[in-house]
Amino acid sequence: MSVIYSDYNVGAGLSKALEMTPEQVIETIKESGLRGRGGAGFPTGMKWEFARRAEGDERFIICNADEGEPGTFKDRELLRDMTPVLLEGMAIAAWAVGARRGFIYLRGEYRYLLPVVNGAIEEARRAGRLGSLKDGFEFDVEVTLGAGAYVCGEEMALIESLEGVRSGEYRNRPPYPVEKGFINMPTVVNNVETLIKAAKIMAHGSGWFRQYGTEKSTGTKLISVSGDVAQPGVYEIPFGMTIHELLKMVGGLGAKAVQVGGASGICIPSEEFSTRTIAFEDVPTGGSVIVFGPGRDMMEVLENFMEFFCDESCGYCTPCREGNVVLLETVRKIRSGQATRNDVDLALGLCSTMRLASKCGLGQSVPNPFESIMGHFGDEALARAGERR
Amino acid sequence: MAEMVNVRINGIETEVEKGTTILQLARKLNIYVPTLCAHPDLRQAGACRMCVVEVKGMRTLQSACSFPITSEMDIFTTTAKVRKVRRDILALLLKNHVGECQTCKRNGNCELQRLAAEFGLHDYLYGKRTERRYSVDDTGYAIVRDPDKCINCKRCVRTCSDIQAVGVLGTLYRGADTKVTTFMEKNIAETLCVNCGQCINRCPTGALTEKDATSAVWEALEDPNKHVVIQTAPAPRAAIGELFGLPAGTSMTKKMNTALRLMGFDRIFDTNTSADLTIMEEGTELLIKLKKVYIEGMSKDEAGLPGITSCSPGWIKWIEQFYPEYLPKLSTAKSPQQMFGALVKTYYAQKMGIDPANIVSVSLMPCTAKKFECERPEMRDSGYKDVDYVLTTRELGAMIKEAGIDLPNLPESEFDSPLGLGSGAGLIFGATGGVAEAAARTIWYIVTGENVPMKNLEVVPLRGFEGVKIATLPKIEKTAPGWEFMKGIVPKIAVAHGLANAKKLMDMLKAGELEDVFCIEVMACPGGCLGGGGQPQPTSPEIREARMKAIYEEDRHLPYRQSHENPYVHQLYEEFLGEPMGELSHKLLHTHYCRRSRRM
Repeated sequence: MSVIYSDYNVGAGLSKALEMTPEQVIETIKESGLRGRGGAGFPTGMKWEFARRAEGDERFIICNADEGEPGTFKDRELLRDMTPVLLEGMAIAAWAVGARRGFIYLRGEYRYLLPVVNGAIEEARRAGRLGSLKDGFEFDVEVTLGAGAYVCGEEMALIESLEGVRSGEYRNRPPYPVEKGFINMPTVVNNVETLIKAAKIMAHGSGWFRQYGTEKSTGTKLISVSGDVAQPGVYEIPFGMTIHELLKMVGGLGAKAVQVGGASGICIPSEEFSTRTIAFEDVPTGGSVIVFGPGRDMMEVLENFMEFFCDESCGYCTPCREGNVVLLETVRKIRSGQATRNDVDLALGLCSTMRLASKCGLGQSVPNPFESIMGHFGDEALARAGERR
Repeated sequence: MAEMVNVRINGIETEVEKGTTILQLARKLNIYVPTLCAHPDLRQAGACRMCVVEVKGMRTLQSACSFPITSEMDIFTTTAKVRKVRRDILALLLKNHVGECQTCKRNGNCELQRLAAEFGLHDYLYGKRTERRYSVDDTGYAIVRDPDKCINCKRCVRTCSDIQAVGVLGTLYRGADTKVTTFMEKNIAETLCVNCGQCINRCPTGALTEKDATSAVWEALEDPNKHVVIQTAPAPRAAIGELFGLPAGTSMTKKMNTALRLMGFDRIFDTNTSADLTIMEEGTELLIKLKKVYIEGMSKDEAGLPGITSCSPGWIKWIEQFYPEYLPKLSTAKSPQQMFGALVKTYYAQKMGIDPANIVSVSLMPCTAKKFECERPEMRDSGYKDVDYVLTTRELGAMIKEAGIDLPNLPESEFDSPLGLGSGAGLIFGATGGVAEAAARTIWYIVTGENVPMKNLEVVPLRGFEGVKIATLPKIEKTAPGWEFMKGIVPKIAVAHGLANAKKLMDMLKAGELEDVFCIEVMACPGGCLGGGGQPQPTSPEIREARMKAIYEEDRHLPYRQSHENPYVHQLYEEFLGEPMGELSHKLLHTHYCRRSRRM
């Protein structure tokens, strides 16, 4: 059972797509139910359609290879092994949308993959999978490197970075990138895994893809498993798998909690392992699953996450810039035994402000770990602190 | 016909042009939405998030300032959710806003303070930092930065780069360490800052203020051995009333004279007098350049055409830094402030029999760059520092208040002589296009022997707030004796205000697109001096427009409207200076410039 690692002749998806009209390609992707694998889960076919319909002299396809969510390393594997298919996915998106240029925005820390990716681009050009692809349709791809900012994985910030501007500044949504993205032209930003899956769907059909997963989350998902497990690594699972099944598969039974979706994801405690499933409609993830064994102090985990967000907030909007610090201070207060219930309630109230008012996904999703870890382990920590006092 | 969209805001059904922001819509309907980073002169930022509103069907709140309405929607501006978020944002901003309101220059006129009052905040919900993180940068002559009071709204950053094409302010670091600062965190004095003060005008808090001169001026006023004279520029008169609750554009000229007397200034003079001198000098200089071209056959470039005005010290530093190759085209005439300063400690001192060493020469300016200008080493032609202290409109307002003087209700009084009479031409120096108009009135008269052929002497094509104006005057049909070579010429004048517009004009000049332009007027600030960096906060296009109207209105009613008609100007040349561009004029009224590197 596999989508990513299915039998595949490089070029098959692209040739299929080029036989179709762009509208038919979009229709096929829509039928497959493919949703963005970066984590947000926006329907890919719809995104392409919006970009196709938006007004603009030029259109762009950007592959978001800025895999920066803590605990995520599945795109690294894909880039290493499957860049040829990724390029195909980009070319298919370009045909669907009407783009002539594409960029792979490669995470700065993945610089060592640059020769692999560039080699694949060269090879694709030679093999005619990039360049002039059809009468009147040319498409080429170049790679740009990020410089290490986590926020650049957020599509607006990524575009700003690509333009050479300080990330996170000035650009507000709406308009969305599909309307005004790179240099204010309609732009599709898709995750590495999404684009590879699009190529496979073109080759094998939307029905083949839909046989995996759930009604609302079709297909499979690559997940990067790390933490207190026997076999960490990258796994492909069908959507709808319970946390328990997952832990069994990776040798992580007995865990205290699992953080799904990275630092910005949510924490699932053991009592929910058998009822909660990996799916956009339940526990969504861009690919990160971090397992915490019984000995872990979840407040230490949260402090670590909050330190990360304080470091990585771009500092542009007030709720995220100032709010993260307050949340971090609260966790530290709890850990040092100085917090009261009131401090926690205040911080939880601030979480709702950050979710509602932050400018981008970073500030909006910080409340995910804070609320879920605090919700499940906060009382216990407060009580412990109380005892210590 | 623009596409219209149906919207509901707080239950009110209405229709807006597609692309209108929620904030624009709210303002139109008089629905109050609090803002901090939004400013009518600047592109939207969406940084502070104070203006968030609820849009039905959307998961998150939306910043009203940046959200363009493109489809039907239902907007709520004061739900419990919205109010809670706004209070939180204010509390978060106050947390790191170090400094006490009572000791802040913006006390009573601070946007953050006003919002805290509006929201009735009674505690620091998320705590309050008490120790400073940064130090105050008062290394410059004009602008003081106090980063601890900065709330990262980036209005100054947008002002500096977008309005002024300078770009010395930017953002450094991330997260809670994010700070607005200069390139490589250099002291402001070591940067390319042109001291225009536009950032101060748009700063919502006390993070940016002018370098204070009030203490020094008070000290001089209290010293019985000092003879303290003040020259007042035209733009502050049209704006100082704003500091006393009067509407923008209330002309305060004569009441201000009374206030200055009450404060103890020994003489109150009018910078318009020296503005008239500027026109005589700069006009003569331009005519000499024209003669070189049309009689001697010199190329326009060699002759220094188009002549470029030199009254605006922010502009001077800017061109010295960014377009030094065009310095030879810049008029060598000093600005009215510095001409005045040179005369006070020479002509006036001699006439009154006062030792210039005992004269303290103060100027009231709408400008912060003037504080830099008076410190330039070139500005000591009287043998002393020509202008000792520059007060901004804001500083004088504060001094008047401190002295307990009720400015709006004072009786009116006149300027003192002999340097207290200016023409309307000198007065309109305060508005963009005004120097060009003043020059046009006089040059036209010299060349043709007649008044400029415009109704009421108003050279309308040079007026208004368009960023770059290129005005064509009527063809010269008749000439006075000696000026026959000007016959048949159609004079063209270009005007820019705001340095980003000046940059456009300079690039046009560089591209050879201004071949038939005689003269270029640049004022560093939007709207000209009336929008100067020393003027009362806040500023907006409407406020500047009101000030402009006040200036033009006053011009209309003055006995002399043209610089060459000013009897005191004639007296000055007869008694003291000799002739325009003559030897003494050259020594006292003209200057030179320096090429500054654009690198630091």
